[in-house]
Amino acid sequence: MKTRSKVAGMLAALLLVATVALTHGPKVSAAANGKVTGTVKLDGTAPHMKGIDMSKDPFCVKYHANSPAQLELVVVGKNGGLENVVLYLSQGLSAEAASQKPSTTPVFDQKGCQYTPHVLAMDVGQEYKVTTSDPTAHNIHPEPNPMTGNIPWNRSQPPGAAPIVQSWKAEEVAIPVKCNIHPWMHGYHVVVKGPYATTNDDGSYTIENVPPGSYTVTAWQETYGTQTQKVTVAGGQAATANFTFKAK
Amino acid sequence: MLGTVAVLLLGITCWAQQTEYSEQQRLNMESHVGNMTGHATIGAPIYKRFCIGCHGVVGDGQGENAMWIDPKPRNFTIAIFRCRSTPTGTLPTDTDLYDTVGRGMLNSNMPHWLPLTNQDRVDLVAYVKHFSPRWLTEKPGTPIVIPPEPPVTADRIKEGRAVFQKMECWKCHGVTGRGNGPSAATLTDDENRPILPFNFHDSQRFKCGETDAAMYKDFMTGLDGSPMPSFADNLKPDEAWELVMYLRTLQPEDTVEKQIAKQIGLKPLEPNGQLPETPATPAPAGNPAGEKSTNSSGTK
Repeated sequence: MKTRSKVAGMLAALLLVATVALTHGPKVSAAANGKVTGTVKLDGTAPHMKGIDMSKDPFCVKYHANSPAQLELVVVGKNGGLENVVLYLSQGLSAEAASQKPSTTPVFDQKGCQYTPHVLAMDVGQEYKVTTSDPTAHNIHPEPNPMTGNIPWNRSQPPGAAPIVQSWKAEEVAIPVKCNIHPWMHGYHVVVKGPYATTNDDGSYTIENVPPGSYTVTAWQETYGTQTQKVTVAGGQAATANFTFKAK
Repeated sequence: MLGTVAVLLLGITCWAQQTEYSEQQRLNMESHVGNMTGHATIGAPIYKRFCIGCHGVVGDGQGENAMWIDPKPRNFTIAIFRCRSTPTGTLPTDTDLYDTVGRGMLNSNMPHWLPLTNQDRVDLVAYVKHFSPRWLTEKPGTPIVIPPEPPVTADRIKEGRAVFQKMECWKCHGVTGRGNGPSAATLTDDENRPILPFNFHDSQRFKCGETDAAMYKDFMTGLDGSPMPSFADNLKPDEAWELVMYLRTLQPEDTVEKQIAKQIGLKPLEPNGQLPETPATPAPAGNPAGEKSTNSSGTK
C-alpha cells in the first residue's frame, strides 16, 4: 500500500516535470530561433500600370517631371520578383511568440505625393510613424473595418509637420490608407501577429526570429490576394518558402 | 483528467465566442447627459416612430427612405460620427449625440428633434448606442478643451488667412472659401460616395453647429467618416481661433469680422494658393524689404 502510493507520487512528480518541460520547451530553445526565407515571383507578363495624373497639385507634377508616377497595384522588379508582398505566419505560432513585438518603428513616408513604402507591414500593437517629406499638405486617412477593433482616423499633416505615431489594436490584412487631398494616393497597412517580412524589389524576403516549429506561411499581395505554404523551421536553421503569383 | 481538460477547453471557446454581444446585453445600454439617464428599451419605441424610416430597422442607415436622400443617413452599427467633441478615431460622448439629435445635421435631411422632450432624446441616444457593440468594448474619447475666444482684431483675421493658407484648407475649400478647391471634385466619404467641401459663402449652417466654438471643434476633432481631417496635431489654440475669425469674413451674414475685413481691404488668397501681395507698398518690385515687413504679420 505504502510503496504503491510512493510509486504514484513519483509518477505524478514525473508527470509534473514533463508538463513543465513541455510548456516551457520553446523558451529554452529561444536562442536558436530560425527563419523563413524565399522569393515571391510573378508568372507571366506584368500588367500595365497606368500613369497617374497629378495635375491637381503643381508640386506633385514637378516632383515627377523626370520619373512619371504609376499605380503600384503590381510592382515587378529584378528577375520577375514581386515587390510589396507581405509574408507572415498565419498558423502555428505559440501564443507567446505571437505576442512578441519587434522593437523597431516602421516608417510610412509621404514622398512625391505617393506612399513610401506603398505597403507597410507591422505587428499588432507595434508603433509606426507617419512622416511627410513633401512641401504640400496631406491628410492621412486609414480606413480599417471598425468592427475588428481598429478604428478609422483622419489627421492632417501640413508641410514640416511632426511625425504621427500610432499603432493598430487588432490583426487586419489589409487596412487601406488614403489621402483625400490627393485622391490617387493609396497604400496599405498590413497588421499581423508575430514575425513578418515584406519583399524587396527582387521579390526576396526573410522572416527573422521564427521559433522552431511547423507553420503556415501566408503571402499577401494587394491585387492577387493570398497564397499559403506549410514550412517546418528547425532551430537556428532557415526554411524556404517560394511563392509564385500568376499574372492576370 | 481528460474530461476536465475537455470541459475547460469548452469553457474557453464559449468565452471566446462571447465577443458577439446578445441583443439583450445591448438593450441594457444607458446614456448619461447632465443628470438625465437614458435607457435603450425606452428609446426603442421612439426610434421606431421617428428614426427607423431613414436609419433602418438595424440602425445601418439603410431605412426605406435612405435611397432618396443625400447625404446618407448615419450607419450606427460602426459608430463613426461626424460631430464629436472627442479626438479623431474615438467614440463621441453621450452629450455629443444628444446635441446632434437636438440640433439636427444642418444641410442634410436630418431635422432637429426639439419637439421631443429632453428625456426622449436621452433615451434615443441610448438606443442609437445599442446598435454597435463598440460601445460595450470602448470608452468615448476625452473631449477636447476649447479655450475662451480672444477678441476679434484685424491682426487676428489676417493671421487666420495665413492659417487658411498654411494648413492648405484651400486645397478643398477653395482659395475664396467657395468649396471649389483643386481637390474638391474628387472627394469621397468613407463609403466612397461623392461629398462636397463646405462653401463658406453659402451659409453659416455648419453641419456640427453654427457657433464659433463649434467651428473650433470641427478643426480639432475632424469630421470622422468624411474627408475633413483633424488639425489638432498642427494647429495651436490661437491659430484655430484666428481661422474661425477669418472664415467668418467669408460668410453671407453681416459679422464683425466681415466689417473689419472690409475696413482693412482684406483680399482672399491668390488663385495658386499664395498669400496676396499687400497693396500697402506703392513702390514696384524695387522694395522687397518693405513688402516683407508688411507681410510679416501674415507669415509669422
